[in-house]
Amino acid sequence: MSPHQAPPANAKDIASPWRDDGSSRIPSPVYTSREIYDLELERIFYGKHWSYVGLEIEVPEAGCFKRTAIGERSVIMIRNRKGEINVLENRCAHRAMRFCQERSGKVKTLVCPYHQWNYNHDGKLLGVPFQRGVKGNGGMPEDFSLEDHPLNRLKVEVRNGVVFACFDHEVEDLETYLGPEILACFDRTFDGRQLTLHGYSRQRIPGNWKLMMENIKDPYHPGLLHTWFVTFGLWRADNESQLRIDEKGRHAAMLSRRAQKVTENVAEGVTSFRQNMTLHDMRLLDIVQEDWWGQHTVCMTTVFPNVIFQQQVNSLSTRQIIPVGPDAFDFVWTHFGFAEDSEEMTQRRLTQANLFGPAGFVSADDGEVIEFSQEGFRQAPEFSTLCELGGRDVGPTEHNVTETLIRGMYRYWREVMEL
Amino acid sequence: MTRISLREDIAELMAAYAHCLDDGELAAWPDFFTSDAWYRVVPRENFERDLPLSTLSLQGHGMMRDRLYGVESTIFHAPYYQRHILSQTHIVSHEDDTIEARTNYLVLRTKRDLPPEIFNTGVYHDRIVATPQGLKFAQRFCVFDNDLIPNSLIFPI
Ligand code: FES
Ligand SMILES: [Fe+2]
Repeated sequence: MSPHQAPPANAKDIASPWRDDGSSRIPSPVYTSREIYDLELERIFYGKHWSYVGLEIEVPEAGCFKRTAIGERSVIMIRNRKGEINVLENRCAHRAMRFCQERSGKVKTLVCPYHQWNYNHDGKLLGVPFQRGVKGNGGMPEDFSLEDHPLNRLKVEVRNGVVFACFDHEVEDLETYLGPEILACFDRTFDGRQLTLHGYSRQRIPGNWKLMMENIKDPYHPGLLHTWFVTFGLWRADNESQLRIDEKGRHAAMLSRRAQKVTENVAEGVTSFRQNMTLHDMRLLDIVQEDWWGQHTVCMTTVFPNVIFQQQVNSLSTRQIIPVGPDAFDFVWTHFGFAEDSEEMTQRRLTQANLFGPAGFVSADDGEVIEFSQEGFRQAPEFSTLCELGGRDVGPTEHNVTETLIRGMYRYWREVMEL
Repeated sequence: MTRISLREDIAELMAAYAHCLDDGELAAWPDFFTSDAWYRVVPRENFERDLPLSTLSLQGHGMMRDRLYGVESTIFHAPYYQRHILSQTHIVSHEDDTIEARTNYLVLRTKRDLPPEIFNTGVYHDRIVATPQGLKFAQRFCVFDNDLIPNSLIFPI
């Protein structure tokens, strides 16, 4: 194959690395292969899947925009004069230039600096310089029409302040896409209340993008890897918990209720629990129950393919996955609160943010383990992971001792990838 | 304090701080701060847009000690060395016993088996106060330029 040839968009051209029909043993090439990754971009990120783009509050007024990406394609979320949100591909219709370089800002129109093609907030081409030539010379051909050259406009759905987009206009509606189980978890946080933006954290994690989805579908590790959780009593193996999963197995949610008191016997089997460890400053764990939580203190929702919605006690964030090749992804955290929050609650959310993000007490280590898993996959192409805690099937559970949600995602992945 | 000796004292504070993190006793790190000081590591993006989120935000010696406990005992991470390279300090203002200062920093990270890499670069926005124990940071904001943190940030910078 010549190096210039397009990657196969057809799964038939790729030999499946799977050795059985299940989804409990995931082969290394699923994480490392360039051709599998290219097919993922095609079928998953640019196919009939809704991707998270941002929060509506990030673009508060007409002309306010935010640049981000779906898969490896750069997109601009922008509000138009009618107040609607558009998601436009950041690629000039003239010579393909990625004209928008700022992360965010406010513009009257979108102008590509190369030849000053000028687009409105809906991506419509408003004008091009020298369309009719100069003094009778040159100019665009007679049949050139501005209408034929808009920016690529994605299909968009906004649900309670959260913006999703899809390159494929045939995609099912967002509600159907999420399914009732996941929709309920989504609406629990995003119930229409006005949000406030607290800020961003960005990290590049040298691992395959799916490893982050797996991490948040994996209730096996928190009590074992995140010693901090256990040390300070935030996590116990017998926490009351529920795992939910949509019909197709692609999305999931882990809900649990924090133990009110930690005593010795509940720490059974968890060696890192330290009875007399306490924080020097309790503000890190100054947790205040909020009415909308219901019985759960934690709800981690993974929406395939690119977002995790986090509610961990009083800390709220969206975590967006932007893949950059098979062996790395950017992880963008957007922390938020509610307009109705008191000053103390805002401060509390910001203080608890120390637990999360690239430096977080209980998430810095997630990035680290993902990096080392990726290294392991690279050194053993014939290896398959073992994801059989709680059996080999896929379904909701009322406990945490299972890897069923990961199996769900790969069951769906195999269908969509035809591998 | 004369202008010269103040400059010298600030330079010594900066150098000793870097030495503590790069080669010294991590446990001594909170001693560079007043007991209720605010230490923040914050992306320039948030800082310039007045978004309050920090990558790390520790208020007072207690939280700083809790962070060190986390770094040394609970957060799993690849071992690495870090090395601070500092610019001259720009004194923005000096009133009574309070100095506002800016110092550029470059932190290199060296992991096992790998060459050193630029890990984090930015500006220390400092509020330094004179105390009976010498100059201390009442506020140190590490405002970093990196758009992306290379995986994770464990040790203070
Ligand atoms: S490439 Fe955009 S105007 Fe020419
Ligand atoms: Fe984790």
